[in-house]
Amino acid sequence: MLVLATCLVLTACASKKVETLSGQIQGDVYTGTDTVEYLADGVKDRVFFATNESILTTASRETLRAQAAWLRKNSSINVVVEGHADERGTREYNLALGERRANAAKDYLMTYGISSDRISVLSYGKERPVDSGSNPLAWSKNRRSVTVKAN
Amino acid sequence: MIKKLFYLVLFIFLPIKVFALIEIDITRGNLDPLPLAVSPLSIDDLSKKEFKNIVKIENIGSEISNIVENNLRTSGLFNPLSKDAFLQAPDIANLKPRFEDWRLIKAQALITGKVSYINEKLRVEFRLWDVLAAKEMMALAFTTVPSNWRRVGHIITDKIYERLTGEKGYFDTRIIYVAEEGPKTKRIKKLAIMDQDGFNNKFLTLGNELVLTPRFNPTSQMVTYLSYFKNLPRVYLLDIETGTQEVVGDFPGMTFAPRFSPNGKKIIMSFAKDGKSDIYTMDLENRIVERITNHPSIDTSPSYSPDGKYICFNSDRSGYQQIYVMNSDGTNVKRISFGKGLYGTPVWSPRGDLIAFTKLHKGKFYIGVMRVDGSGERLLTENFYQEAPSWSPNGRVLIFYRETKTNAKGEGFSAKLWSIDLTGYNERLVETATDASDPSWSSLLSN
Repeated sequence: MLVLATCLVLTACASKKVETLSGQIQGDVYTGTDTVEYLADGVKDRVFFATNESILTTASRETLRAQAAWLRKNSSINVVVEGHADERGTREYNLALGERRANAAKDYLMTYGISSDRISVLSYGKERPVDSGSNPLAWSKNRRSVTVKAN
Repeated sequence: MIKKLFYLVLFIFLPIKVFALIEIDITRGNLDPLPLAVSPLSIDDLSKKEFKNIVKIENIGSEISNIVENNLRTSGLFNPLSKDAFLQAPDIANLKPRFEDWRLIKAQALITGKVSYINEKLRVEFRLWDVLAAKEMMALAFTTVPSNWRRVGHIITDKIYERLTGEKGYFDTRIIYVAEEGPKTKRIKKLAIMDQDGFNNKFLTLGNELVLTPRFNPTSQMVTYLSYFKNLPRVYLLDIETGTQEVVGDFPGMTFAPRFSPNGKKIIMSFAKDGKSDIYTMDLENRIVERITNHPSIDTSPSYSPDGKYICFNSDRSGYQQIYVMNSDGTNVKRISFGKGLYGTPVWSPRGDLIAFTKLHKGKFYIGVMRVDGSGERLLTENFYQEAPSWSPNGRVLIFYRETKTNAKGEGFSAKLWSIDLTGYNERLVETATDASDPSWSSLLSN
């Protein structure tokens, strides 16, 4: 009887989780707003990536264009693009992956007219997660690059 | 069953075959550890008093034998018997064991010895006896400063291990690792060093900046590691005795994943720039930097073969993380991992015949080994998260770290060191004062 009850609870939890996930992850990329902060009014500071990927999604490119527009208007401000990975990879590979993600964001900012001198990159690999959970939603929030003011 | 029979045969023939003393085959998983007795090292009252003053240990003879006993037990190859059952006093046993007494408690080998205080030094003698053959297998004595008393226990274990298995031991060694504390999102990390059995733990950095992946040089006096000092992730070199640190090379970006070459003269590492990571070496004498790989992919986690002729490394040039081997000048790159899943952190065995790795497959992490041509893949242990194996200096044991899954609230995270035999048996938690990761095993400190 007890076993049966546990099973029911587990099933209930599982189906609930799937619903939450589908609302916040699309094609393995986080689309929610939980952890997002702002570089300036209306300018989101971060973009998210799929597992093992550094490809920018349509939404990410939109965020980065807004960042570039703001940086063009505020030409005295330099930024650091911090690249991060989730915990599901080896430490050393993740350091390289974080660097690759930060550079993907940096390159996109550069194509919108921001000089490379104004953008430095810093990879944290999996060392600085924003969500300490061990589940796909937490991991999707942690696979990110964050644009931070350097001065 | 076969093993039992084997011992029985051994028992019958031993008295006739005079030289067939105890031998242990360490190439197979040992499910039947050899029962042996570690008699406390005998000590005279005067020496006991002197050592009590100097090292603050009540009975240094018993303590050294405890070290030996604990080492032998954790090796998984030996089963040290309870001292309660010992019939013979330590001092008499060291002179001439009554083998019948030791056979009675089923000990196949016996270790006896004596500690004395002579000219302000610690003098230790010990003997290894084959109980069934009623013979002395080894007798050694050495003298050292009293503060080295724990190392004495490790050196004795190494000698016994070598005599019984035919291979060098790994007990007089240290582990350098990253000590961790604090919440998962703001982890504080420090370099720490300890004896192989967890004693004499010492922190080498204060935790002001993030530090990762420390590795010993071949003489175990220097360490290379990654530090985020001033938020610039760079490879550093640290002299353990003097505490002096320096950045390795002058790279315009992140350097990481460092290791020493087998002769200790070079550091090999990755340098990340513009989204690609390549492998470089720097000669520590003339500071000459050489580029080893040049590919748009991520090339990282390089590790030399013990003869220095080859390098294994991790690359995603095929689209996913795989293991590759190349000549030490970067030519003749060959992929060696072809199994299902992702492969990372290849480390060449000190014996030269195997490469240990981390594998991720279907959401599980494995520590495994394969031959240097990629054949004979063997997975030793499976877990939610574990990685970064490091070899014991004799190439028989791997130490690595494991992280736990957090609960729904993101609580319950921990990172711990574990060890496992090459055979896949004898998996053990390595006790540390704090959470721990990125272990690296030193060479044998005494040879």
